Amino acid sequence: MRDVMKTEEYREHKVDAAGWEVNLKSYRVGDVFHCVADNVSPGAWLARATGSTRDEAENKALTEATRLLGKTRRHSITT
Amino acid sequence: MNDYAHPDSLVSTEWVAAHAADPNVRIVEVDVDNTAYEEGHVPGAISWAWNTQLCDTVRRDILSRRAFEQLMEESGIGNDTRVVLYGDNNNWFAAWAFWQMAMYGHKDVQLMNGGRRMWLAEGRELSDERPNPRRARYKAGEPDLSFRAFRPQVESAFEMGRAFLVDVRSPQEFTGEILAPPGLPETCQRGGHIPSARNIPWAKACNEDGTFKDYDALKRLYSSEGIDGSRPVIAYCRIGERSSHTWFVLKYLLGYNSVSNYDGSWTEWGNLVGAAVERGAPQMAHA
Repeated sequence: MRDVMKTEEYREHKVDAAGWEVNLKSYRVGDVFHCVADNVSPGAWLARATGSTRDEAENKALTEATRLLGKTRRHSITT
Repeated sequence: MNDYAHPDSLVSTEWVAAHAADPNVRIVEVDVDNTAYEEGHVPGAISWAWNTQLCDTVRRDILSRRAFEQLMEESGIGNDTRVVLYGDNNNWFAAWAFWQMAMYGHKDVQLMNGGRRMWLAEGRELSDERPNPRRARYKAGEPDLSFRAFRPQVESAFEMGRAFLVDVRSPQEFTGEILAPPGLPETCQRGGHIPSARNIPWAKACNEDGTFKDYDALKRLYSSEGIDGSRPVIAYCRIGERSSHTWFVLKYLLGYNSVSNYDGSWTEWGNLVGAAVERGAPQMAHA
């Protein structure tokens, strides 16, 4: 039987990345911080990362999310 | 949850925490893949990946009846097992699994309200152990295709006004400004929406914490766009998972009788040669 794990220090906050709003969810499980970066609209996760600190996990997730979001093309709307 | 048309289609995180070890209950985390599950999951939960286990991986389709039966059997799910589904992205893919289980006639299936996000936010227990369920026996019925819309039904919906179309994608996808959710691969040749569709993004059905809004709020949300249950409704998105979420809301929380999910969604419609497409802001709601 393994040790029971719990999420602690759960936090969410929104930041801008490559012109898109991103929701960063981060929390600690044991000694490891996890971060998930979601696009706010529509709400799909883009990147997940871990780190020994919250900042490290968030920075890694945000870097990957920014890379992906930078590929998003905006099209002119012609009817 | 008592105001919903079918309140027994939802369970709370508290309920799951109390029943996760119940041998008659199977908890399943459902996501696009297993990544989130591997980080830690509800103790006792097994994992289903949308991209490999909940679709036909050769042709674009739902699982065949036999493949569905095999998945249930390997998951230790019998016809009478109570199944609780949850996942990331506010239960998008869990709703897809719910939709497919309902189509194949499984009676006792529920979503965990708030999904993985709420479980984590509440600081509940996690496990990294992968249960190995004892194989069960399962017999599925023929799929109830009234839960599913195909392209000809969608065409007649807007050409003959036979059903309301609800596009549950983001406004930027709806208008054609972007061809996929930001950061995700473009999977269509054209942007925009199916003519006559109303744009009611899936997330409007949820509270900030990811739980579903109450019955009255949901009723107001959809009624304000003319979706009041008086006519059939077809929901669609990009690949059919977000629209499974809205399908669940309309059918199980509001209790509308005739609701179907067009799982071909924009990846089908936006690639069709000669298909009618509208771009720009939504038109006025139907009278």
